[in-house]
Amino acid sequence: MATVNLQMSSLRPEEALEKFVVEGGDWFAHEIRRGQTVRIVDLEGNQAVDTLFYNAHDYSDRYSAQDTIREQESVYLTAGTRLISTDGNVLLTIVADTCGRHDTLGGACAQESNMVRYAIEKRSMHACRQSFVQAIQHWKHGLEKRDITSNINFFMNVPITPDGGLTFADGVSEAGKYVELVAEMDVLMMVSNCPQLNNPCNAYNPTPVEILIWDEHVR
Amino acid sequence: MSAYPYPTDALTHRNRRTAGRGGLSSKDGNARGVVSMESSVLLSEVLPGGATWSHVLKRGTALRITDVEGGANVAAYFLNFELPAERFNLPDTLKAQHTARLTKGHVLYSDMGRILCSITEDTVGWHDPIAGISNASLVEKKYGRGGYQQMRNKWHQNARDGLSVELGKYGLGARDLHATVNFFSKVTVDATGDLHYTPGNSPAGSYVELRAEMNVLVLLNSCPHPMEPGKAYAPKPVTLSISKVPAPRTDDACRMHCRENLRGFLLTEFYFL
Repeated sequence: MATVNLQMSSLRPEEALEKFVVEGGDWFAHEIRRGQTVRIVDLEGNQAVDTLFYNAHDYSDRYSAQDTIREQESVYLTAGTRLISTDGNVLLTIVADTCGRHDTLGGACAQESNMVRYAIEKRSMHACRQSFVQAIQHWKHGLEKRDITSNINFFMNVPITPDGGLTFADGVSEAGKYVELVAEMDVLMMVSNCPQLNNPCNAYNPTPVEILIWDEHVR
Repeated sequence: MSAYPYPTDALTHRNRRTAGRGGLSSKDGNARGVVSMESSVLLSEVLPGGATWSHVLKRGTALRITDVEGGANVAAYFLNFELPAERFNLPDTLKAQHTARLTKGHVLYSDMGRILCSITEDTVGWHDPIAGISNASLVEKKYGRGGYQQMRNKWHQNARDGLSVELGKYGLGARDLHATVNFFSKVTVDATGDLHYTPGNSPAGSYVELRAEMNVLVLLNSCPHPMEPGKAYAPKPVTLSISKVPAPRTDDACRMHCRENLRGFLLTEFYFL
């Protein structure tokens, strides 16, 4: 199986600048300034946290899953991974990870893809794309549907096999596991805390996550 | 079905074939998946290495891309021409078909649960959907500077700029460019998740055929794969040919590939109701 790259953080939650709880099925949009650290905590375990990042000063310069994968020469994200933008910038670096690996090939669930993947009748079930579209409509500042691109799925396990297979497997995360990133530039973070009930990506049980932000001086 | 008859008299390309349309009638319904494109080629042209191409591939036609010399790479991106907000969605394509490679039988999904194109023929067996496209700094770092002033049309081009400019011609742009596919190239993922580029994946004469399931704005770029290990910038040409093809039957190999594709074809057919 895959190598697991565990890296603890020394940051203390009580020193965090801001803390948010994002419930299953909710979205979250927030700017992270250069030098700040953001931590996502899987509070109850096996939750998929669909996440997009943008250059806060130019949304056309945004997280690129393919560029990130190719530049690291690895399909999984973990401590040490630099999140690369479409313009070749490093948006954030993963500095701590107690889960071990995260997916960026599986994308976000959508009502339309649920119809393909599970059943036509699934159309009205809540999905990440609903949350992302609502997030950009609330955030405004020129964000459009075309800016919703291939995202990161923190804590989600999508193994790729050497013969080119892809499966959605049970999560490798547990309650309290976290991933922590340092912003290398001012970024907009957009999260859909995945509401999917049709596959094991969040153990058929969407649960809340916590997002903590520390200021630069604590590192 | 022939919903989009070409004004064939207007096509005067030197390679246009004028052979009859035998083999495409509904009587041929039992010849599963074996429809010769040769009999109905409407247009054929060469895309030189390092170049970008676009075309609105009409429903009822198919595009065959042939790697003439071997070792070509063709980055590809697809949008619904009538509704460009609907475009190729790589994650949906991979997870619906439980695959991290693309070959015959697979289809290319849009973000709206519909099928843009089906891969109806493939002599290669593995096309890379993972490693993405080259950009200006990657090309300069790998091959050195190669400006137009010095090199004219042999200049060092990159896929990201090429595809962005091509999208610009349709009122779109770099923001509309999402994850892409690399035809003819193979990148494997080992048990630890590391990527490995496989040289020699596509011998001379290899081809892949894409059948349009709606009117699809197809964008292609023939720059080298971003992970190819060569030291010299040596993009390879491909030939492109477009043919009339029958609508997918109920037993179509792409439709029958998996239960997900059955629903994908159904949703695509709903779109035209």
